[in-house]
Amino acid sequence: MTETQTQPALKAKDYKSDIKPVWCPGSGHFAVLSALSKALAHLALKREDVAMVSGIGCSSRLPAYTEVYGFHGVHGRALAVAGGLKAARPDLTVIAAGGDGDGFSIGGNHFLHACRRNMDITYIVMDNEVYGMTKGQASPTTSPDWSASKLTPHGPGVPSFNPAAIALASGATFIARGFSGDPNKLTQMIVEGIQHKGFSFIHVFSPCTTFRPEQKGWKKQVHEYAEEVTANPVKTAQGLQADDGMGTGLIYRTELPPWQPAYDAICEPSALEKEFQV
Amino acid sequence: MNKTNVNHPDTLSAAITGSGGSGVVTAGQMLLKAVAAAGLFGLMTRSSGPQIRGGESAAMLRLGVKPVNNLDDKFDILLAFDWLNVTRFVDEIPLQPGSLIIRDPDAGEVPPELASDDIQVLDAPLKSLAKTIDGGRPNMIGLGILAKLLGLPEAALRQVAAEHLEKKGEKAVEATQACISLGHTQEWSELPISPLEPPHTPPVRWNISGNEASCMGAVRGGVRFVAAYPITPASEILEWLAPNLEKLGGSLLQAEDELASVNMIIGSSFGGVPSLTATSGPGLSLMMEGLGLAVTSETPLVVSNVMRGGPSTGIPTKSEQSDLNIALYGFHGDAPHLVLAATNIGDCAFTTQWAVYLSEVLQTVAIVLSDQSQGQARSIIEPPAEPKEAYQRLLAKSPEEENHYQRYALTEDCLSPMSIPGTEGCIYTADGLEHNERGTPSSMTEDHLLQLDKRRNKIDGFDYGEAWADLQGEGENCIITWGSSSGAAFEAAQRLSQAGVPTRALALRLLAPLQKQKQQNTLQGVSNAIVVEQNHGAQLYHYLNANQLLPPGTRSMAQPGPLPIRPGDVMAMMTQEADND
Repeated sequence: MTETQTQPALKAKDYKSDIKPVWCPGSGHFAVLSALSKALAHLALKREDVAMVSGIGCSSRLPAYTEVYGFHGVHGRALAVAGGLKAARPDLTVIAAGGDGDGFSIGGNHFLHACRRNMDITYIVMDNEVYGMTKGQASPTTSPDWSASKLTPHGPGVPSFNPAAIALASGATFIARGFSGDPNKLTQMIVEGIQHKGFSFIHVFSPCTTFRPEQKGWKKQVHEYAEEVTANPVKTAQGLQADDGMGTGLIYRTELPPWQPAYDAICEPSALEKEFQV
Repeated sequence: MNKTNVNHPDTLSAAITGSGGSGVVTAGQMLLKAVAAAGLFGLMTRSSGPQIRGGESAAMLRLGVKPVNNLDDKFDILLAFDWLNVTRFVDEIPLQPGSLIIRDPDAGEVPPELASDDIQVLDAPLKSLAKTIDGGRPNMIGLGILAKLLGLPEAALRQVAAEHLEKKGEKAVEATQACISLGHTQEWSELPISPLEPPHTPPVRWNISGNEASCMGAVRGGVRFVAAYPITPASEILEWLAPNLEKLGGSLLQAEDELASVNMIIGSSFGGVPSLTATSGPGLSLMMEGLGLAVTSETPLVVSNVMRGGPSTGIPTKSEQSDLNIALYGFHGDAPHLVLAATNIGDCAFTTQWAVYLSEVLQTVAIVLSDQSQGQARSIIEPPAEPKEAYQRLLAKSPEEENHYQRYALTEDCLSPMSIPGTEGCIYTADGLEHNERGTPSSMTEDHLLQLDKRRNKIDGFDYGEAWADLQGEGENCIITWGSSSGAAFEAAQRLSQAGVPTRALALRLLAPLQKQKQQNTLQGVSNAIVVEQNHGAQLYHYLNANQLLPPGTRSMAQPGPLPIRPGDVMAMMTQEADND
């Protein structure tokens, strides 16, 4: 993050735009937007120095609802846009956001490499285990026996994957899980993620009450992540296997230098012509 | 003996062939440097198989007292280190009566595909001569012999060896110089070649490849961020830019794939930094969705597309001009954008720089087409020109509080000031969704139409000046072409005019948007025209025909790669009776 103070202090609502979200009533995404705006206010970031980047999906509509710079791109490429922006503009606080399909299916390759590249970007995935915008198909985090989609009448039939474990294996340096039903804790996770120097992955359970009404039961299933939080990836990997996948809180944090090009110009283009002159 | 280059006393053509690892390309590059040192111009294209080691390789050179932009119809000299796999190159190295083959007798007879009664053969024991020198290499013996035949002074060659092999140490330099001298001092009863006469005071010249020239154009234009994925034949662009962008305070990011490349430069350009990616056909295919996003969100960027034989993996190491269609039509939706093509190696610099300026001022995508025969060829050229006017992106300034910033405001010239993150009071969200003037997503008919009109009119209404095309010659005959075929077209027009068939040649640099009025004016008085291009589908011909920009009866000369378009073939096509077509 960039340490900048603004006067007078902005409130959380100052980080929300006046555009009305397209989300269904009861969607967990409202609470994520709220937690994000609180986190930005808490950090007292100048609005013009923050950029929200997203792909396609219900959750990817988020940038337009915030009063910071935004880029709403194509499906699956939020992390690529965010990476290019951060590489060229290290002074900005860059936050990428999206859903489970956008981030783990069509954008899966970028997720691996963003973790590995460890640029100073915060990535918030609002996971509801379904493609909502296309009216309810299975995503990579959908359980194999979920048969409510016409596209997979017998259920996807393949195991869902564990995003935190993949982030760990790919080299992310900050991994946390949050729940839209616990906005205060989520706010704190986002604050810590933005403060962390490197790639911060925040995996948020954010129910889709339209296509996955059973997710209303998540508030009974989530629990404090009970495994040891260390900077040791081996212990964290073991902990993630022991956890039932619904533990929320900080999971892993380590300090590694972020990848960030920062070169001072030492010449003009005309100086580079010498190499070609006969 | 016949003097082989009697038809074109101003140029000489030589090819060097051998199996991979025999040092063909090194010998060619050193020869080109010696040509430059001697005050001449020259061009070297290369051809190789897809193997990294152990394949076959050919360097094809044309030297001249004036700038040389294309290969000639035939080669005057062929220097062969061995005959392994040479049959794969035979059609790329046409010889003519009186041409000279230099061969090593230890490597065997000249293959029947090349042998002929009117081809002269010089026996040069390259291997056995190399063995007489500690650390000697047959290719450097050959280089000495070739330099002697071409009239290049021994001292120039020795100097080139010292520079070229500096990093390999003193011993390597000495061995190489000894080989060159040994080759150079071989005595031949009569030299069958008329050497070129360099000008007394040679002009300032550059030794540069097309890919390097594209890089110079990019950084001259202001590009300071590049994200890209390696691909033949574009990778040299990335290899040159990676260290040199750092010197300019910029950077290059090697992306995980082309989907990432294009979206990364959308991000960096959104951040206010002029940005570029380089690729070839398959990579361009992967980028198309992202390019549509850049068009709709009005994010400037440049794609340098170095074409190769396609489709699919196709012929990745050899040239073809077959990506015009995807560059023009590959987008989904109605997506007005710019397509440009470099007309020669040096023009890769001018056209890329112009593309950066245009993409920035028009806030849109510019695709610059070059190809393997330009990108991976080296040439001794006059220093490349720069565009007359350096355009810049129109930036937003913080507005009065009551006027909410409108990113996609409708203006007279359809260009709206772009706000860069960090600018107070001009916060907005760029969107690939159709939007209203403020940038808020909208699926309303009126907003869609207004923004479609805006994105089209800002490009169509711009004054592109005189750089839209290169025109040479005059006459009722006309050769219309683009890209790397331009050199052969211009030479054909010149030779035809000299032979009493007045011919003009028009090479389009700006392929989209077409400059219809200017092109119609340029083609006035033309009664016999052909469209020349190196692809199978006659892509330019159909494009111009669809836009009603061809004189009646215009014929198509579409020849797929990898064989280059040669001036003699163009002349034959031009003079063919139209009704024989």
